[in-house]
Order: sequence, then C-alpha cells, then structure tokens
Amino acid sequence: MSQPLLSARGISKAFPGVQALRDVNLHLHPGEVLAVVGENGAGKSTLMKILGGVYTPDTGTIEWEGRPVVLNSVDQAQRLGIVLIHQELNLAENLDVAGNIFLGREPTWGGPLRLLRARLARDAVPILKRLGFDASPRTRVAELSIGQQQLVEIARALSLQSRVIIMDEPTSSLTQRETDRLYEVIRDLKRDGISVLYISHRLKEVETIADRVTVLRDGRNAGELRRAEISHEAMVRLMVGRELKQFFQRHRHEVTQQPVLTVRGLRWQESQAPIDLELHGGEIVGLAGLIGAGRTELAETIFGIRRRVSGEVAVNGQVIPIGTPNAAIAAGIYLVPEDRRSQGLILDQSIRSNISLPSLRRLQRFHLVSFRRETALAEQQRQDLSIRAPNVQKAVRLLSGGNQQKVVLAKWLCRNPRVLILDEPTRGVDVGAKSELYALMDQLALRGVAILMISSDLEEILGMSDRVLVMHDARIAGELSRQQLSEEAVMRLATGAAA
Amino acid sequence: MRKLIGLIAFLAIIYVLLLAADPGARLAANHFNLGRRIGLYGIISLGAGMLIITGGIDLSIGSVVGLCATLLAMLLRGDRFPRFPFKGWLFDQLNAGLDWLGGLINFPQHPWAAILLVLFTGMCIGLINGLLVTKVRVQAFVVTLCGLFIYRGISRFMAEDQVKGLGNQFGELKTILYSSEAIMGLPMSLVYFLVLLMIAAVFMHWSVHGRYFFAIGANENAARFSGVQTDRYKILAYAICSTFAAFYGVLYLMQENSAQPSSTGNFLELYAIAGAVLGGCSLRGGEGSVAGLVIGTSILVLLPNLSLMLGIPSALEYTVIGGALLLGAILDETLRRVGQKSR
Repeated sequence: MSQPLLSARGISKAFPGVQALRDVNLHLHPGEVLAVVGENGAGKSTLMKILGGVYTPDTGTIEWEGRPVVLNSVDQAQRLGIVLIHQELNLAENLDVAGNIFLGREPTWGGPLRLLRARLARDAVPILKRLGFDASPRTRVAELSIGQQQLVEIARALSLQSRVIIMDEPTSSLTQRETDRLYEVIRDLKRDGISVLYISHRLKEVETIADRVTVLRDGRNAGELRRAEISHEAMVRLMVGRELKQFFQRHRHEVTQQPVLTVRGLRWQESQAPIDLELHGGEIVGLAGLIGAGRTELAETIFGIRRRVSGEVAVNGQVIPIGTPNAAIAAGIYLVPEDRRSQGLILDQSIRSNISLPSLRRLQRFHLVSFRRETALAEQQRQDLSIRAPNVQKAVRLLSGGNQQKVVLAKWLCRNPRVLILDEPTRGVDVGAKSELYALMDQLALRGVAILMISSDLEEILGMSDRVLVMHDARIAGELSRQQLSEEAVMRLATGAAA
Repeated sequence: MRKLIGLIAFLAIIYVLLLAADPGARLAANHFNLGRRIGLYGIISLGAGMLIITGGIDLSIGSVVGLCATLLAMLLRGDRFPRFPFKGWLFDQLNAGLDWLGGLINFPQHPWAAILLVLFTGMCIGLINGLLVTKVRVQAFVVTLCGLFIYRGISRFMAEDQVKGLGNQFGELKTILYSSEAIMGLPMSLVYFLVLLMIAAVFMHWSVHGRYFFAIGANENAARFSGVQTDRYKILAYAICSTFAAFYGVLYLMQENSAQPSSTGNFLELYAIAGAVLGGCSLRGGEGSVAGLVIGTSILVLLPNLSLMLGIPSALEYTVIGGALLLGAILDETLRRVGQKSR
C-alpha cells in the first residue's frame, strides 16, 4: 500500500469528566474514502476536530506525508490541506455563494465592492462547475437548500486546494436526492486524488460510499474493515461490541386497556392539522421523523412549555388545564428535553440541586428546604440509577454525557411518572450508559409508565418501541406496529413518500 | 466559597490599613459613620444583588430613590401636586385625575401611611420593570435605563424642581428611622440593614424561592423545563429591588432632612451594582451570596475612606473604587482560568 497521506498515532484527549479518546490510530491514503463510524459519544467528532486543528490532542502525533506536524489551529490545518466541514454548516447566510467560498481570503484591494463581488463570482464558477452546482454564485446562501449549502462548504474546501476533506455527518439533514448528489461529488473528488474522511452513524451510507471503515468504541479503536468486509452487521458488531439484540432489552408484557395519556386535536400553530395521540401504561411508543418534522414541538406542547393553539391533553381521562408545565407536572407528565445542557440541567450546580429542582416544594416546610431530605432524595437516585459520582455535591458539568442524562431522568423518576416523554434520550451518550438507559426505560415500562420516545436513531426506535408513530411536516404520517416495523417503513413515512 | 474567603481577607486588610493609617479612624464616631453608610448602601446592594442573581439588572435604582424621597417629602409636607400646563379635554381629564389622587393622598393622614405609600410606589415601579422584562420581553438593561430617565423626570416635574425640606418637623419619625442616639450604639440604617440582611439570607439560601432565584439565574431555560414559574420569580426580584430602593429613599430623607428631585440618588444604581459585583455576584446570574453582598458593600464604603486617610485626593474617589472593582474582576478571571487548567 502507498504511504498514508495523513496519519494519527496514539491520540488521546480528555475533557473534564470524560476520556474522549484513548490511544487512537487512524491512517488515510490519497484518494481514499475512509469512513469513521461509532456510536454517539464514541469519539468520532473529537478525533475529527483534532485532525481539523480545532482541538489539540493530550498525547499522540499527527503525521502528514510521513512527517510529524503540529495542528494548533484550523488555519494551520487548512494550510496543510485539511478542511473540516462541521455537522452544523458554518456559512454566512447573508453573503452570496462566492462570498462564502472565498470568505476571509478576498483580495485585499478588489476595487469597489460591486466589482469585487463580480470577480469573486467569476473565480467561483469553475469550482462550482466541478461540483455540478446549479445555482448562480451570486445567490444568497440563505436562499439555498441544505444540500446546496453543503456543496458550498465543499467548494470552499476545494478552493483552499485541500487534499483531505473531513465531513462530519454530512447527510444528517439532506434529502435522498441531495445525498445521492453528494455521493457523486465524493466519487469525483476521489478521482482527483482528494481523500475524504466520512463520519456517519448511518451505516447504509457507509456501505455505499466507503473504501475502508475505522470503527471507534468508547474512544478507542474497535476495529477496521476493508472494502470487501464492510457490512451492516460487521460494523454494528464492532460498534457495540456485541450483538444488537442483546443491546436493546425489552420485556414484552401487557399494557393497560385504558390510555394513560390522551391527546385530542392538539395544534401549536394555526397552519397545521390537529394531532391525536394515545399512550397506554406500560408501553414504549417510538416517535420517529426527520429533523424539523415537529416531534420536539409536539412533546413541548403536551408538556405545556409551548403554547397550544387548540386541543386538549388528558391523563387518565382528566383534562389538564392549559398553561405552564406545572399543570403537566402535577398530572405526572414529565419531559426529558432534547438539549440536555441548555434545557435539562443547570451545569454549574450540583447533582443534588439539579435532581431536587422540580421537587423543592415537596421538600419544604414553612417555605424552607430541608437539606437533609433533599440530600437523601438525590442520594437515593444516585444509587438507583448508578450515577457515577463520588457524591451528590459534585457539579453536573463534570459528569460524562451518560451520567448527565441520568441526572435529568432522576429529576423526574423521584416523582413517580405516569407519562414520560423522552426527547433524544441517548444523544451524546456513550455505549455503556446507553444500554443502562435502555434497561431503565424497560423497567419503567414494566412498572406501568407510558413512555413516548423521540429518537432520530432508527436502531433505537426499532429496538425499543412497542409501536412507532412517524411524523412528517407537523402531523403524524402513520403508525407502525411491532410487526410492520422496519427501517424502510419508517423512512418511507418520515419522508412523506407514503402519503 | 474560596471567593468569599478572599473577599473577607481583602476587607480585613483594608480595615487594618485604615486603622493603622490614621488615629482618627479608630474613633467610635468614625465607626458609627462607616456603619451608617454600610447600612444605607447595603440595603440597595442587597436588592440589586438578589436581582442580579436571577440574571436581571436594574439601572433605575438611583431615580427610584430620588422619586421616593421626593414623594415622601411632599406627602409629609402636604404639598399640592402640580397640574399639566396644557389645555384640552385629555389634559383636563388627566388633571382632574391628579387632583383626585392628590386629594386622596393628601388626606391628612398618619406619616407612617405616607411611608407605606412610598414603599408601595417603589414596589409598583419594580412590578412594571419586571412585567416589561418578562411579558413584553424588552431587555432588562433597556427597560431600566429608560426607567432611570423617566422616574427622574417625574420626580422633577412633581416637585417643580424645588428642594423639598422637612424643617424641624416629624421629630418622632426621624428618631425611629434615623437617630443620632441609635440602638446599642448602632446607627439605625445599619440596624435596618441587618434585619433585612437576615431575612434575605434565609430567603436566598434556605427557602424554596431563593433556590429558584439561583436556578433562574444559572439557567432560566432549565428552570422553566423543571416547572419553575420563571416569569413570576423574575418579577418578584424586580419588585424587591425597587422596594429596597424606595426604603433607601425613606431613610435618606430622614437623614438629610430634604430631598433634591434632580440629584437625590444619582449614580446610586452604579454603587449598588458595584457592591454586588465586588461581593461575588456574576452579572451572568446564578452566582453570588448574601454574605458576599455584605462584604462587597463594606469594601465599597471602606475603600474611599482609606484612600482619603492615605492622602489620596477625594476627587479620585470614583477612580479608586473603579480600580478596585477592575482589579477584582481581573483577579477572579485569572484565578478561574488557573483553576480550570490544573483540573
């Protein structure tokens, strides 16, 4: 084999509370598409940010054409020829396409602004042509689709004479057509000798596009697959370290006859069709759909944190008054929000303060909080959920993603939930904690809690749900029973193809 | 906690230097004077600090003090309130309303009723600030900056820009609110401050409501998702802050015996905020303690005294305070970074 273009050897990186990477190795050859796969929290993004110059590793070396290099900044990495395209695109929306491609590298004296912009647009044409980009370089980025914006990022990388392009979850918000277009572009890049590091948790895509796969698990190398060895099962085996079936634990059992949660004609915006929904005690209902389909909005409206336009929510037949989350909380509907760090936790406060926050009024006497009872409550939860911390005084900021998520759950579990809405419960959680969370959800269902689980992780939806609701364009596009459940069926509904 | 110890040490150093620099500083009279100022500033710092802990800010404190002191003086004197100098149906109605209000509040009443009315006015101003911030969602900085101008203007219009003095009346009131005799040798303002301080400490650090204040300041969104009625508590914080400012206005009038509508309370909001920040409150919210507020205020009062004793011209008083505040902020940030690296 040829000499690798880019090598990472023995890379380790720690953040407060987490060892993100441990002794990771990676080699990338010219003109190769190397996919890096792994569960959320496996360290993919951290590794890519190290190669892109965003983070510096604690230990380990990076080699470029066999020579060790130091990447202390994004700028240094770009000058070598490594460009990182982030999952959330970094474009200046108010500038046009050409302006974005050459952002920060405009000629110092380009004459009057109009002439300068015309010149940039002219320079952008050949690059855009190479990518098969069909809009004018003078189009404002805000007017482009996400897929086109992705191409602008790639165009920017090409204009930097890049030899390695790192794409972090490039298809996470692309349509199928746009994804296919991206594949073509990647194949063209390959032909020109440009290497692509492709990060994704969508294994189908990896099967299609990758020449080689490196699997990370818990921040370590879990294995490598060559082109001929790449298969869905092989990747999953390496990613989770065991068979998928054992990973998701579900005990099947009877659910209650009467629904616990009944939602009738719920709308949070005037323009949408009303939503009906029923949850029975003891079942886990998956709520699938693409980003922007309205899953989080639905959850927030049921919880009462988002104002509803019409409709009613009832628990065990009792209608909950409209208004604040307090009404939902009093009725036993709890929400574990999508964004743990900004909505679920007060990062600077202790585990104890976070867990007790929704329950402070239960711990009071004459308006004063009983410190003893509060600590006992938190301590109980720490033990029940095996939150990994020496005591409950520790600041939540210092915990790993999985343990932080357990703290968010603990806020509600100490109050005997009737309905638990979990919005992306395992996002950014390492594999070990993930399987603990699944076991916990299974246990809660056994205890008769009705669980609505929003997830973008199809394997999680397939593995955990008793039935699945799929949302598309702010309505429930369809329901799939256990028997009807498959990735294809979910995606068909989620993309609106079945309608 | 470490921050608090550092602040106590800083305060102790200033105090020792002060005693060493000038024998006059050791006199009981100087201590009495310092205590009175700590009490006065402490009251507004306490209000501002509680608000800052929820992530809010109030720039209108000084104008509220001015308005409340002027209003109280006029109520006690039984002054007539002015009328709008315009003609037309609208202004006639407004003036009729003012007369009615004037008649209502100028009804010969007990001076204590006047004081309660003034405190109530302060609370209402706080409620308005809070409602504008939470319900209309105007930035707190802007709302209270406008308040700074508006309330100052109202107090000047109300008093027709005249100084309102109390003369030698209301001796009983002055004795209770501001007495040279004082209780146990403590100045009255310090006594009131200590009472408020203890209530505030229990409220902020032991009660459910204080916990909500901290939660809202540290992450309002997360507090909302936990079922905390964030708007209600934020409004409460604004109301507390303005009521304390009104109380300061009352004490100020009793001490100075007159209120100057155009200048009474000028810059006080900056002293209040400076005291809170010196005492370890973060303007980002969610951080601070009542103990810290006391120490911050004490430093704020002792520092100019010390610089005066050291022979630094009094014209530089503001510069000394500003410099100390800046130094503290730099030190805090540097220590924080060192702390993070060593972790």
